[in-house]
Amino acid sequence: MRYLEEFADPDLARRLLDRIHATVTRPWAIMEVCGGQTHAIIRHGIDQLLPDGVELIHGPGCPVCVTPLESIDRALAIAGRPEVILCSFGDMLRVPGSREDLFGVKSRGGDVRVVYSPLDALQLARTNPDRQVVFFAVGFETTAPANAMTVHQADRLGIGNFSLLVSHVLVPPAVAAVLSSPSCRVDALLAAGHVCSVMGTGAYGPLAERYGVPIVVTGFEPLDILEGLRQAVDQLESGRHELVNAYPRAVPAEGNRAARALLREVFEVTDRTWRGIGVITASGWRLSERYRGFDAELRFEVGGIDAVEPAACRSGEVLQGLIKPDECGEFGRACTPRTPLGATMVSSEGACAAYHRYRRPGTPGDVR
Amino acid sequence: MRGVPPLPPAGNPRGRPVTGLVADVPPPDAGAWTCPAPLRDSPTVVMGHGGGGALSAELVEHLFLPAFGEAADAGLGDSAVVAVAGARLAFTTDSSVVRPMWFPGGSIGELAVNGTVNDLAMAGATPLVLSTAFVLEEGTALADLGRIAEAMGVAARSAGVRLVTGDTKVVDRGSGDGVFVTTAGIGVLADGVDIRPERSAPGDVVIVSGDLGVHGIAVLSCREGLAFGTAVESDTAPLHGLVAAMLATGADVHALRDPTRGGLAASLNEIGRAAGVGIVLDERRIPVPGEVADACGLLGLDPLEVANEGKLVAMVPDADADRVLEAMRRHPHGHGATVVGTCVADHPGMVVARTGLGGTRVVDLPVGEQLPRIC
Repeated sequence: MRYLEEFADPDLARRLLDRIHATVTRPWAIMEVCGGQTHAIIRHGIDQLLPDGVELIHGPGCPVCVTPLESIDRALAIAGRPEVILCSFGDMLRVPGSREDLFGVKSRGGDVRVVYSPLDALQLARTNPDRQVVFFAVGFETTAPANAMTVHQADRLGIGNFSLLVSHVLVPPAVAAVLSSPSCRVDALLAAGHVCSVMGTGAYGPLAERYGVPIVVTGFEPLDILEGLRQAVDQLESGRHELVNAYPRAVPAEGNRAARALLREVFEVTDRTWRGIGVITASGWRLSERYRGFDAELRFEVGGIDAVEPAACRSGEVLQGLIKPDECGEFGRACTPRTPLGATMVSSEGACAAYHRYRRPGTPGDVR
Repeated sequence: MRGVPPLPPAGNPRGRPVTGLVADVPPPDAGAWTCPAPLRDSPTVVMGHGGGGALSAELVEHLFLPAFGEAADAGLGDSAVVAVAGARLAFTTDSSVVRPMWFPGGSIGELAVNGTVNDLAMAGATPLVLSTAFVLEEGTALADLGRIAEAMGVAARSAGVRLVTGDTKVVDRGSGDGVFVTTAGIGVLADGVDIRPERSAPGDVVIVSGDLGVHGIAVLSCREGLAFGTAVESDTAPLHGLVAAMLATGADVHALRDPTRGGLAASLNEIGRAAGVGIVLDERRIPVPGEVADACGLLGLDPLEVANEGKLVAMVPDADADRVLEAMRRHPHGHGATVVGTCVADHPGMVVARTGLGGTRVVDLPVGEQLPRIC
């Protein structure tokens, strides 16, 4: 594996920055949709290098952050059952539910395991036939294909002690929700490249047209982000609002056909609650009728569990780009990565966590 | 006890609705110890308490030290330095619980010896003797135990230390996980050697002895559920020879750390807080091998937070830096030595990095366990 250093080359970065500086004549607000992009921007200090007045707004694309509280509580309830092995991606373990996190359940004897792939969870189910293995399937269109493949395999192999707790969310409906908000001040969007590598770019052209904003499909390395920004300000300064693909090395226009076919078979669209934002119509996936037997929510009867967000947490405004993390009164005070009020402070992709980790008032990185 | 820096006072300043856990589990017996502030987050031990980051520090500060009371006399270094009958001895202890017990480039046996040797070396001591204590799970294969013991013997001979006492306990199957090894060690300090985190001062340069992150990635690469292919092998090695070579130059080495759990980020935050200095790193100069950078990119980890077992970080006055570097590069465990930053009077206790692109970011004390991210 290579191609990391090459996409962080300081000389090429300087050239892109020079072109951005030469192009920009007035203030612009550009939203990067994906939390991975937010993380890279703050980690490399890209926002500090842009022309005055060009502001980056951090969007809702952190899958851990937007997973609703009730889904976490349902996972906690399932993980506490003695017959269950609950498998999850690592950064879900520290996300606070209403009362505790998965680490807490684990410390009291719950069998909670970190896996890197959902197929590892399926393997656990095969090697532990007397246990119920549940995979906590969160994430955007990026993580969904592997989860779909796992259920497909479980069905094909007849592995009955495996199930999926599904909390999948979809990017385009969330982008539409942000852009249609009366308080929206986003002039251009950097779309999440990895989501597009699965789903293609088709959903974004109509959004660019309808809301009159340039949308640039953008990658995650520093040069990718700078190139996305360059194309965005080019369009803004020349009064255009088109969909363009600045990440063609990973994103074909049609996406990944095999993955999309599998997703259509395994999942169906449903309304979904976004943590900090609320219910967005047709913004998530649940298991389709054919695979409903693998739905952990039904198998363990946790669908009735509901939850209320802590009132002090303003992650909803952060996720919609209405405030910067350090504009929240609890930031760095009651709310830290050690004592998070909301998931935006937990996930490595969360905007609050990125600011807390890489930016502090009074340090050289504080640009405000 | 491994040293930890003081943390800001714990508490709940803004009336955060702390987890409802407290209602479910009987609170710890308040009479059993005097705790100046409640432990945050969880009334039970969580994995992060052993991660070498902020949670570990909090456990020591808010539970162990208050409970030990006046009996506690722990400094902030990797070893305690005690005066005994005219000699200055360094004393330390370390438990090894690494899983898997064998990993590319080493095993729990080498770690148990080298970890304690290195804690002594970071005080500038010459390691002399080690104790070895084993907690064994019923059912563990004797062949496995034999391999671990042989690895310890080889590591001790290579480091020139003697294993002079020990203990063995067995726990019921299911009460342990194979083999846990605890070693304690004693070393002796030469006259005039005074190496402590608190001695770091503005103007010091920050030197690392070589490539960072290889041990942590080697272990992660073969851990259940995370297995991935990499050519990286653990760097486990005894470092007292390297330290001796540095001191032989006559340089006034202020502080040394072996950046194990929590990596360089944790070590530098501990030093910065102990000494009340700021630290500025130049990210482009930090030696991270391509394989480590790639694996970290894949897993969403920061190479600065990944564990090392055969590297040190040194705080050295600028005037001494060249001769220390030269001596390090002549030593087999220091040939990759390089300056990665400086100590400053600004932002005391905080570590910042100039990024490759020219921006700046904070390098924080890791919270607890490193968690591979979702995507």
